[in-house]
Amino acid sequence: MTKSNLPRLELHIPEPPSRPDTPITFDHVNRGEAGAVRRPDIAEHESNMRDLPYELIRVLDDDNLAVGPWNPMLAPETLIKGLRAMVLSRAFDDRLFRAHRQGKTSFYMKSTGEEAISAAQSLALDKGDMFFPTYRALAWLHARNYPLTTLCNQIFSNAEDPLAGKQLPILMSARAYDFYSISGNLGVRFVHAVGWAMASAYKNDTKISLAYVGDGTTAEGDFHEAMTFAAAYRAPTILCVTNNQYAISSFAGFAAPERLPFAAKALAYGFPGIKVDGNDFLAVWGATQWAAERARTNNGPTLIEFYTYRAEGHSTSDDPGRYRPKHEAEHWPLGDPVERLRDHLIAIGAWDMDRHAAMEGETKEQVKVAAKEAEAIGTLGQSKPPIEEMFEDVFAEKDWRLKEQLRELKARRAARAETQGGAGA
Amino acid sequence: MTETKKMNMIQALNSALDVMMTQDEDVLVFGEDVGYFGGVFRVTEGLQAKHGLKRCFDAPLTEGGIIGSAIGMAAYGLKPVPEIQFADYILPAYDQLVSEAARLRYRSNGEFSSPVTVRTPYGGGIFGGQTHSQSPEAIFAHVTGLKTVIPSNPYDAKGLLIASIECDDPVIFLEPKRLYNGPFYGRPDEELKTWANSGLATAEVPVGHYEVPLGRAALVREGSEVTVLAYGTMVHVAAAGIAESGVDAELIDLRSIVPLDIDAITASVRKTGRCVILHEASRFGGFGGELSALVQERCFDYLRAPIERVAGYDMPYPHAFEWDYFPGPIRLAEALLNAVEYR
Repeated sequence: MTKSNLPRLELHIPEPPSRPDTPITFDHVNRGEAGAVRRPDIAEHESNMRDLPYELIRVLDDDNLAVGPWNPMLAPETLIKGLRAMVLSRAFDDRLFRAHRQGKTSFYMKSTGEEAISAAQSLALDKGDMFFPTYRALAWLHARNYPLTTLCNQIFSNAEDPLAGKQLPILMSARAYDFYSISGNLGVRFVHAVGWAMASAYKNDTKISLAYVGDGTTAEGDFHEAMTFAAAYRAPTILCVTNNQYAISSFAGFAAPERLPFAAKALAYGFPGIKVDGNDFLAVWGATQWAAERARTNNGPTLIEFYTYRAEGHSTSDDPGRYRPKHEAEHWPLGDPVERLRDHLIAIGAWDMDRHAAMEGETKEQVKVAAKEAEAIGTLGQSKPPIEEMFEDVFAEKDWRLKEQLRELKARRAARAETQGGAGA
Repeated sequence: MTETKKMNMIQALNSALDVMMTQDEDVLVFGEDVGYFGGVFRVTEGLQAKHGLKRCFDAPLTEGGIIGSAIGMAAYGLKPVPEIQFADYILPAYDQLVSEAARLRYRSNGEFSSPVTVRTPYGGGIFGGQTHSQSPEAIFAHVTGLKTVIPSNPYDAKGLLIASIECDDPVIFLEPKRLYNGPFYGRPDEELKTWANSGLATAEVPVGHYEVPLGRAALVREGSEVTVLAYGTMVHVAAAGIAESGVDAELIDLRSIVPLDIDAITASVRKTGRCVILHEASRFGGFGGELSALVQERCFDYLRAPIERVAGYDMPYPHAFEWDYFPGPIRLAEALLNAVEYR
């Protein structure tokens, strides 16, 4: 028993600011001021940048104009390209999410609200720089015009699935698009990005790497291992925390108690961390450019926290109304990334609502055509890659076990096709 | 009269946790999304509201952290029941389980122990792909000091979970997620039954406290020609396969693979003279290999046919080929006929 003159200990359990039955509050969000944060020289020593994680880097101000030192000064055509990738990503998400409800795929996850991050980075980085994504980053592929029908084929796990039925829908791999293979486990690839960057440095190459984890995943050991390695070997990598406020139902306060910025975690490892408005296409681009220049000039890694909001559920298996207020997304203090870039383009006279509506209609149609093409090949269970694929790529060469098992499976199929006209085992 | 209720496996597990939390304030539940939300499979639904924030709470996304802290709590004297959201995610905690939970008692000569019950949904049949479908029981069974429990129905789920929490050793409690809402006979095109309309007596679950002891297998079906050893989802697939084959097979649900009911296995195989082992995990190095060796060592003189193993193929769980991979009733029936027709 505790001695009576000592205070009794209390177990602390973090709790979010809002629940479905309480008022929506974002009082803890400090929007800062667009253009107000300094942009240090890329060769600046990390000890002179320790204030940065506590500021929010923004470029787009409340009048939709681009201001401050992080403005990447992009041509309107480039901005329109980025906008298109985001609008396309949203149209794609909308249709494929509904496809799940219609039984055409086993699983889907939307990126709604987070499109600016991977769209801007896809365009800002060079061909050959490798991206180690999470599952909410398909806008990277959309920005680089990955064929939509092929993407639908993967999501429908049909005969033309580019991953031959071996992986869950949207856990893509697209090496030709610098898009590393995603697994369903969290954080594991963060370290791969560091190793990849170390290899590039070892070979005196010029390529850098980029990796994402979510806010929740910063709790995994992999995150800390990646940070340690990146710092020790000064790896040419950009490590990003896409802080969308939620790990399924758990608010970000579990991984960052007392609202400490995730960007600040970099300080303890000895390299700079910056916190960036993830719903601001221009800020994402500007920050990425800065971190990329640092990496390319042997100034080492950067941790970027992209401050954003997961506007939809975690996946097709989730129901966010059970743990957060229903209309919370509409109140996110940093707005919607598509609308903000659209309004910026309008503000500089390079865009208008009619052209925007036309872009929405056109991307929607493009997705529809692609989905129909993929559906014609087949949806989940109606069409599959050849059965041999199931046994391929376990090893570089099949061993006796796999050869025997394939033979057994084929013999059973043949026998059953003869007697009952059906497969299945 | 014991009061009973029709429950699915989720409700039965929830009831087990509720009963134990009510009975013992040292029992606490935590894990990813288990608190306010009630878990992605709803097993912990309502427990936070009923027992309070400090007895059922969310955890950061770190399986090593969840299990490691649970071990520390258990060493203090609590009875933590952490959840790992999918068994596929448990591997970052493998060091904590193997090097710590399993050996704490041994290396401290009994000074410390680690009575942690790790609940985790496992197994396929839900189109979960490589990372929401695996059956990792063999990698736990191989570790001395860990118990590995796998229920196949609501009644056993509740009784075994209570026994696991009350047990002084660390327990890996694998929940066959395909069975959460109803039995599954390995035929994906068949109309699904809920536990309530399954006609199975095991859906009738006492509302209060009871135990199903660890290490005692259940005789699901008596038979004379061949013994089928199965656990989890495969118990129901085995029942379907036996019916399909027309063979008079004896079906044993192991319920826990550590401790293992070696007496039930030996007695049955000595009676039938044949043995078929069924598991969903891939075949090579699977738990079926251990079962096969034990049967061979203890029943050699009684065996009239080679022991057969029916299992998943030796590859990562292949998303689109789920039903080609899944060892279903047809494959079991083939093995049963092989066994009885062996000359």
